[in-house]
Amino acid sequence: MGKNLYQKVWSDHLVGTLENGQFQVFVALHLIHEVTSPQAFGMLKDKGLGVAYPKRTFATVDHIIPTDDQSRPFSDPMAERMMEVLSEATETHGIEFFQPNTGSQGIVHVVGPELGLTQPGMTICCGDSHTSTHGAFGCIALGIGTSQVRDVLASQTLAMDPLKVRRIEVTGELASGVTAKDVTLHIIRTLGVNGGVGYAYEYAGPVIDAMSMEERMTVCNMSIEGGARCGYINPDATTFEFLRGRERVPSGADFDAAVARWGSYASDVDAEYDDVVVIDGGAIEPTVTWGVTPGQAISINERIPDPALAAGLDQELMEDALRYMQLDSEAPIAGTKIDVAFIGSCTNGRLSDFKAVAEAIKGHQVANHVRAIAVPGSEKVDADAKALGLDHIFREAGFEWRKPGCSMCLAMNPDKLVGDEICASSSNRNFMGRQGSSTGRTLLMSPIMVAAAAVQGQVADARVVFDLKEVG
Amino acid sequence: MSEQLNRSGRGVYVQGNDIDTDRIIPARFLKCVTFDELGPALFYDERFDSDDLPKGHILDNPAHRGASVLVTDANFGCGSSREHAPQALQKFGIEVIIAESFAEIFHGNCTTLGMPCLVMPAEQRRALAGLVQQNPDAEFLIDIEQCTLIFANQSFAFGMKESAREAFLTGRFDPLNELLLGQEAIRSVAEKLGYAETV
Repeated sequence: MGKNLYQKVWSDHLVGTLENGQFQVFVALHLIHEVTSPQAFGMLKDKGLGVAYPKRTFATVDHIIPTDDQSRPFSDPMAERMMEVLSEATETHGIEFFQPNTGSQGIVHVVGPELGLTQPGMTICCGDSHTSTHGAFGCIALGIGTSQVRDVLASQTLAMDPLKVRRIEVTGELASGVTAKDVTLHIIRTLGVNGGVGYAYEYAGPVIDAMSMEERMTVCNMSIEGGARCGYINPDATTFEFLRGRERVPSGADFDAAVARWGSYASDVDAEYDDVVVIDGGAIEPTVTWGVTPGQAISINERIPDPALAAGLDQELMEDALRYMQLDSEAPIAGTKIDVAFIGSCTNGRLSDFKAVAEAIKGHQVANHVRAIAVPGSEKVDADAKALGLDHIFREAGFEWRKPGCSMCLAMNPDKLVGDEICASSSNRNFMGRQGSSTGRTLLMSPIMVAAAAVQGQVADARVVFDLKEVG
Repeated sequence: MSEQLNRSGRGVYVQGNDIDTDRIIPARFLKCVTFDELGPALFYDERFDSDDLPKGHILDNPAHRGASVLVTDANFGCGSSREHAPQALQKFGIEVIIAESFAEIFHGNCTTLGMPCLVMPAEQRRALAGLVQQNPDAEFLIDIEQCTLIFANQSFAFGMKESAREAFLTGRFDPLNELLLGQEAIRSVAEKLGYAETV
C-alpha cells in the first residue's frame, strides 16, 4: 500500500516520541511576524535559551504595518514598539528579517512562496493560522501559538499529535467567472467550519490540477476556516515551474535534483486516506458569505437561508448572524448594498488576483458611495503590478492603491471599517468585529466579485457585471 | 500526586457555537509585546459597548464573578492561532474549558499553558450548562485521571485528547524541556534533510 504526502513528510521529519505519546517533528521552515513572535523571544530570554537554527527562521512585518504612510516611527506607538522588538530580536539571534522598503517585505504567506523559501516536502510553521497557505506546494504547513513559536526557536521542533488525512477531489471543470476562492468557500460551506477537525486536507482532482500556484494557495489558505489543521496539494509540474528561478531555489543541476526529490513526496496512486470527499467542481458558482462564519455562505443566485429550517444551536447561530449582519432570511444576497470594498490579504492579494480584477474593471467606475482599497500582498506584488500598470487601472476605476500588508483583513493597522459599515472583502474571515469595528460587517467573496460589488455598489454577479463568458 | 490531577472552581456558561478567537480577544488588543495585560480584554466587544460601558455579559454577572471553569458549546476557539486568546482566558481567571469540541490550534495552545480542554457530548454538555446557570455558587470537582467531574451533585464523564491527559497526569504539559533533550536526534534529522550547514 502506498503512502500519502502527509505520511511521507511526517516520517521524514520525525525526530522521536515524547512521553505523553506526542511526536517530536523537525520544522524545515519557520516564519515569524511581529504579532505572535516578539513574546516568544521574551520567553526564550526568561529561560536563558537561544535560537537553535537561526538560518531556518525568517521574519517579516505585515499585520500592523500601515498601508499609507510607512515612514518610521509609525503613527501608532505600539505598532512601532512591536516593530522595534522584532528588529532587535532578529538582529540579536541572526535571523533574516524582510524589512519594509527592501523589496522583500510583505504578508508572510505571500513572501515565503515568492522568494522560493517554501518548497515541496517541507514542514512549515508560523504563528499564524493561515500558514496552511504553504500547503499549496506540497508542504505540511501548520499555524502555531506563541509558546510553540518558542519551542521551534529553541529546538527547531514541535510536539504534535498525528493527523488523519481527508482527500477532497474537486471534479470536472470550473465555469467561467468561478475562481479558487469560490471553490474554497464552497468546500467549507459543504463540510462545515469544524468539518476538518483532526484532519489534514489533501485537495486533488482535475479542478485543482488545472489551477495555477496562486489559485492553489487561495484554496489551501482557507483550510483552517474549514477546521482542518492544514491543507495541501501534491507537487506537480505547475509547482516546479513556479519555483524555477526563484531567489531561494537552487538552480541548474541542483534544481533538477530538487525536482526529483520534491516529486517523490507526492501521494502514491495507491495511497490510503482516512476519508475521501468528492465535490462537483462544475456545480460551483460565485459564492458569498451572508453570516459571521466562512461556512455561512451561499452562491450569488441563492437566498439567505431561513434559520427556522435549522436545528438547535445552529438555528441560534444563524439568528445571531442575521441580527449582527442586519440581513433578512430568505432575501437574495445579490443586491446587498456595500460601503467598502477590500481586495488584498494572504488569501487573495497576489499578482494574479490584481491582474484578473484589472482586466475586468477597465472602463468601470467604483460606485460613489463605496470606499474601495486594493492592498498588494507584498512589495514584489506591488512592483510587478506597477510594472504592468495595474495600479493605474485600479486608481482610474476609483480604487486606492496601497502599500503591502495584511490591512483590512484584520484591521490591526489604521485600515478599519467604521461603525456598522459592510465590506465586500477578498479576505478570509467574516467574524464579528474582524475588520476593526465591533459592529462592522464582512461579506467574503472572490476578488472579481469584490470588484463587481464595488462597481455596482451592491453585491452582484461578476459574470454579469463584467460580461465574463468563455474566459477562465 | 500532581496538583494537575484535580481541578476545582465555580463555573460560567458562555453560550455559542463557533466562538472564534477574534471574539475571545479582538485584534486591536494583539498590539502588545507581552501577554501580561490581556485579562481585562477578554471577550471585550461582547462585554462592553463602543463607549466601554458594560453590556451585561455573563462573565460580568456578579453571581459568576471569579468562576474558573468555562462551559461553552461546539468548535470553541476557531479561527486565528493567536495564543493571546487562551492567555486572555487564563489571565482573566479561567483554568478549565468544557465544550463539545475545540479548534485544534486553540486546544494545543491551552494545553501548553496548562489549561485542560474537556470534551463532552452535546446532551450532557447541555445539561451541565443548565446546571451551571442554575448553580453559580456550586463548585466543580474535576478528576483528570478518571475523566469524570462532579458538579451540583451530578457526575459527568468527559473526554480528553489522550496526549493532553497524559501531559496533565505527569505535569508535563509544557513540552519544551523534553524537546530540548533530543538535540542529537534533531541534528541527525537536520543533517539527513540537508539543513545541517545552516546551524
